[in-house]
Amino acid sequence: MLENIREAFDGIRSHKLRSALTMLGIIIGIASIIAIASTIMGTNEQIKQNLVGSGSNVVTVRLYQGDYPFESSWSTPPEYVPALDDDTLEAIRSVSEVDSAAYYAQRDAYGQIRSGSKSLSAGTIYGVDKTYLGVYGYTIKAGRGMTDSDYNKFRKVALIDETVSAALFSGANPVGQTIDVCGEPYTVIGEFTRASDFRPTVSTLEEYFTYNTSTGGKVLIPFSTWPVLFRYDETRSVALRAVNTDAMTTAGRKAEEILNATIQKENPEVRYKSEDLLEQAKNLQELSSATNRQLILVAGISLLVGGIGVMNIMLVSVTERTPEIGLKKALGARRRRISAQFLIEAGVLTCLGGVLGVLVGIGLAYGISKMSGVPIFISWYIVAATVVFSFVIGMVFGAVPAYRAARLDPIEALRHE
Amino acid sequence: MLIRLEHIEKTYGTPEHPVPVLHDVNFSMEEGEYIAVMGPSGSGKSTLMNLLGYLDTPTKGTYYFEDADNSKASDTQMARIRNEKIGFVFQSFHLLQRRRAWENVALPLMYGNVPKRERRERAEAALCEVGLQDRMDFYPTQLSGGQCQRVAIARAICTRPKLLLADEPTGALDSVSGQQIMDIFDELHERGMSIIMITHELSVAERADRMMHIYDGVLSEGGAKR
Repeated sequence: MLENIREAFDGIRSHKLRSALTMLGIIIGIASIIAIASTIMGTNEQIKQNLVGSGSNVVTVRLYQGDYPFESSWSTPPEYVPALDDDTLEAIRSVSEVDSAAYYAQRDAYGQIRSGSKSLSAGTIYGVDKTYLGVYGYTIKAGRGMTDSDYNKFRKVALIDETVSAALFSGANPVGQTIDVCGEPYTVIGEFTRASDFRPTVSTLEEYFTYNTSTGGKVLIPFSTWPVLFRYDETRSVALRAVNTDAMTTAGRKAEEILNATIQKENPEVRYKSEDLLEQAKNLQELSSATNRQLILVAGISLLVGGIGVMNIMLVSVTERTPEIGLKKALGARRRRISAQFLIEAGVLTCLGGVLGVLVGIGLAYGISKMSGVPIFISWYIVAATVVFSFVIGMVFGAVPAYRAARLDPIEALRHE
Repeated sequence: MLIRLEHIEKTYGTPEHPVPVLHDVNFSMEEGEYIAVMGPSGSGKSTLMNLLGYLDTPTKGTYYFEDADNSKASDTQMARIRNEKIGFVFQSFHLLQRRRAWENVALPLMYGNVPKRERRERAEAALCEVGLQDRMDFYPTQLSGGQCQRVAIARAICTRPKLLLADEPTGALDSVSGQQIMDIFDELHERGMSIIMITHELSVAERADRMMHIYDGVLSEGGAKR
């Protein structure tokens, strides 16, 4: 075995150019697979991190009517859905997958938030409790946060995020300014920063829907002042932070169950559902993987062509080394030994090609990453798998030449000179 | 009796167009004998050599080696007989160019599954026997024709075969090197090695105990017919 491997390297070294050209097919095939796979996985990782990471493991549980979020602006909630109380929130907070949780009410505010002549085109008004900022991990960048007295004294104060600040005040300090929220004056007491600066590239409709709410501006007001603008018993949602990313789905499901238990009707039309960003990320990843799987298939075809090249060269090599094969047979080498020699040579050739292909592929992936800005993620599992796969290609396409070598008639082989 | 050939026939070609090469070849050889086979090219001497060396099987007749009829032997069994019982020396040496002298010699030991350390020792011993103790680590390209043939002889004898088959061993050498090679064969013969040598040089053939002649596939004992 060791002897065979040594012989294989001898053979490759004695025909450097030919071996290199033969390996080229394998190198190109493996390199494209590695480059594509690394880019896909990088994209997936980015989707997951941006989508999931932007909310810092936050899952929202909202009231749904059928497949759509229940719209408070259009209809009052049915009688069997009671307003949420603090006991329910405490129950959610005590779920082991839940780190923290907050109540909030929300309304879309298309063009309803103004400052002078400027208005916010896309944004959402949130009526929040004190823990809301903490759950999302938002930090106050300027001004101050809400205090107990803001709640108790029903002060009309607002916190705005950078998007709103930029749209209404174009860079000027918003703290102390007054904004018009649905016709009521609110004083801006602070500006907060979202956890990440994620700015997604939106190229499909699905992506638009996924990213829309996360990119629109956020205006937070104390929930105690919510009835001033809207209804007293407004439907509330729950935002919860899971202990870690993988716990998001479970935490969401458990909170959903607790909230739905408050609904006093069997099979209600209106019920709570968790909006799981992890699920959404997975769906997006599916989408990107599906298209790229076809690219891998194409790269696989180039591997096939490379394999045929290996077979071709191995056949030439067998013809060329006919006297050597004849001699080895005369000296008592068995068929198995002769075929092993050529199989291993083919395997070493493609394996070497595979390793070089991996290196080229990683280089290529870095190049693509530099140009497109998409991060790459190199999976060592895939690297190992492609190298093993290239060895298998050598075995498969080396089989015919090896068989022919083993079947050579020693007399013919010795006479061949 | 080391070998015995009974009514050996060998025919090549297709059944419709048979090309007979050997006709009713009969002969036997005692252990330790040194036989020279002479004949012009195309006479069938190489075919005879291949049959004797288990590289080929006869069309008809029986070949006994150490009183055993191996005509039903499988490919693997024949490989084993070649490896253990027979040593080949070819006109064109057939050395592996990318292997050192001792590695070439150790080749059949590898096929015989001799442990690695023992291989080197036995290869070195065989090289000493042919007077190449100071050329062990040389590559064939660094050796003269005569030295290459001596490496080939060392390779043939390192497995301690029962029969040494030499096909025109001096055919590619100058007369001085040829003499040296013949001296080695004489020495091996003196030490009891059974040798069959194919040659068309009378001076070479005359060194053997027995001379046989092959002409148009017919084998006859005795001196030159020409």
